Amino acid sequence: MSKLLKGLRSIREVFRLLLTHRMGIVGIVVFAVLIFFTIFAPFLHTVDPMRAGVGADVLQPPSSQFWLGTDHLARDVWSQTIYGARVALLVGFVAAAVTVGIGTLIGLIAGYFGGLLGEVLMRITDFFLMLPYLPLMIVLAAVLGPSIGNIILVVIIVYWPFTTRVIRSQVLSIKKRAFVEASRSVGASHSLLIFGEILPNVVPLICAQAVVMVTWAIYAEAVLAFLGLGDPTTISWGMMLNFVFERGLITMAPWWVIPPIVCICATILAFTFLGNAVSDIMKPGYREARGL
Amino acid sequence: MAPKGFIGFAIRKVSGAVLTIFIIICFNFVLFRLVPGDPVRMMFGDPRVSPERIREMYEQFGLSGTLWEQFTAYLRQLFLYGDLGQSFARGAPVLEVIADRIPQTVILVLTALIIAVITGTMLGAIAGWKTGTRFDSIIITLSLGMYAIPAFALGIIALLIFAFYLGIFPLGGMETVQSGLTGWSYWKDVLWHMSLPILAIVVWYIGEYVIVTRNAMQDTLDQDYILAARAKGLKGSAILRRHALRNAILPVVTITGVNVAFAVAGVIQVEAVFRWPGLGRLMYESVMRRDYPVLQGLFLLFGLAVVLANLTVDLIYGYIDPRIKVGGGE
Repeated sequence: MSKLLKGLRSIREVFRLLLTHRMGIVGIVVFAVLIFFTIFAPFLHTVDPMRAGVGADVLQPPSSQFWLGTDHLARDVWSQTIYGARVALLVGFVAAAVTVGIGTLIGLIAGYFGGLLGEVLMRITDFFLMLPYLPLMIVLAAVLGPSIGNIILVVIIVYWPFTTRVIRSQVLSIKKRAFVEASRSVGASHSLLIFGEILPNVVPLICAQAVVMVTWAIYAEAVLAFLGLGDPTTISWGMMLNFVFERGLITMAPWWVIPPIVCICATILAFTFLGNAVSDIMKPGYREARGL
Repeated sequence: MAPKGFIGFAIRKVSGAVLTIFIIICFNFVLFRLVPGDPVRMMFGDPRVSPERIREMYEQFGLSGTLWEQFTAYLRQLFLYGDLGQSFARGAPVLEVIADRIPQTVILVLTALIIAVITGTMLGAIAGWKTGTRFDSIIITLSLGMYAIPAFALGIIALLIFAFYLGIFPLGGMETVQSGLTGWSYWKDVLWHMSLPILAIVVWYIGEYVIVTRNAMQDTLDQDYILAARAKGLKGSAILRRHALRNAILPVVTITGVNVAFAVAGVIQVEAVFRWPGLGRLMYESVMRRDYPVLQGLFLLFGLAVVLANLTVDLIYGYIDPRIKVGGGE
């Protein structure tokens, strides 16, 4: 219980520190807007983003009925834009959580045990890191078929080794520190050493990795959807752009292009800034330099 | 004469690369068999196609016999004849389809890379020289931002501004259709079509060079010999040229080699946006048509490019810096 409280307090502390960082503030504001869109999407002058309209409403410019105009099936661009936030956050958070989880676990094991097991795990990790990541994602997504679940799966397969590398090198240095040696000498088990002594010390690094992975996952979804590998049962920002480009409609309906572009750029920049801010505030001496 | 221990190091690295490529080849084989359903039936679902023709198709795409027979046939075709199979959608050998697109992509990437390296190192050196100034912080924030935004988004923004609103560049393609241009005016037309894709790749790619050079510049400025050079009365621009840029060369070479995967990712996205008829656009078209053999071939090609570039960087480093060999693969 006290550990949980301590955890909560440290999250609040991280949040407080983020608000002292200029990039952190930008990131948090955009993130808050996305969450607002995600929760309140049905109440924001939206209609079903997938429902096609009547012929007369096809490719209409922005008006009081269609705030951002309509697409080639007379669907409301404003609604698609708002609902797109749901897909971005869903893919971003689910994929990042699993990726960082798997990556951390393998990194802990490879770093802690070393030897043949560690060597084999790192060979596998390095093999995946060596592959060209976008072609790999495209081929996997094309083979598995277009769905949100498969996009998340592809992101996990391609990104976990990045986390593993980072975590492992940290584990290698923590493993040699005095407090781990002390625990070991009094007969602590492997699992206690890994999860009780080493894991708590990589938590800051895991947080930083998590923000990076959310960013990359949102990025991956946007790119794959733009390349025509999005889930046809929903609508995402990347898919909106795919529709425009597949049909060569960019000159006929710029209002259809600008909202998803703005959303993709704002979201990815915000999470990138947030990631920078998180790694900045975790540097020793950040508080002192700011007089906090 | 190669430094001591270099031969062993090189053999280890080369065999590692060969193994990686072989695993990619096997991976390609497995991947293709994971396709849900039957690819031949999917492509030729027409019930009027005769069973004989279907059987021929299986033969043609290497899908007949047991998995092991398929695998050995696949390897034999690849290694003995360099055969990557037959495109589903284009009715031509995959190798031919891919080879047709290589020059266009190479032109695009090389031009963009040269511009990005030159302007990136210049901007980075100036930013490092003026560390802590407004110029520095603006350049660094912009570099981080451009580097983070997906290349296709940068491409679409460039297209909206310069092609759609300003109308000074074409919307896509590689040449004006049916223009009948020849010689010099033809190449001018190609260059005009190339400008926006190159702009998008450069903007996306430049950030890393800026940051690397800036850091190298800062390191250099902290050294004693710079103090000595200043004391000697050497001008800022001379210090920049003689010391900082020289220091940045190795990291610049490294990121160029190591980031071939990054460049590949960028060029796929930008070619898709601008309908530039290169490998990236081919990948996009093959995704759209579910042309798995071509996707497979492209994946192998990109994998080869990445592995070879990394190998080259490793070997150059091993040759220059003897310390690296001690650490082995690390």
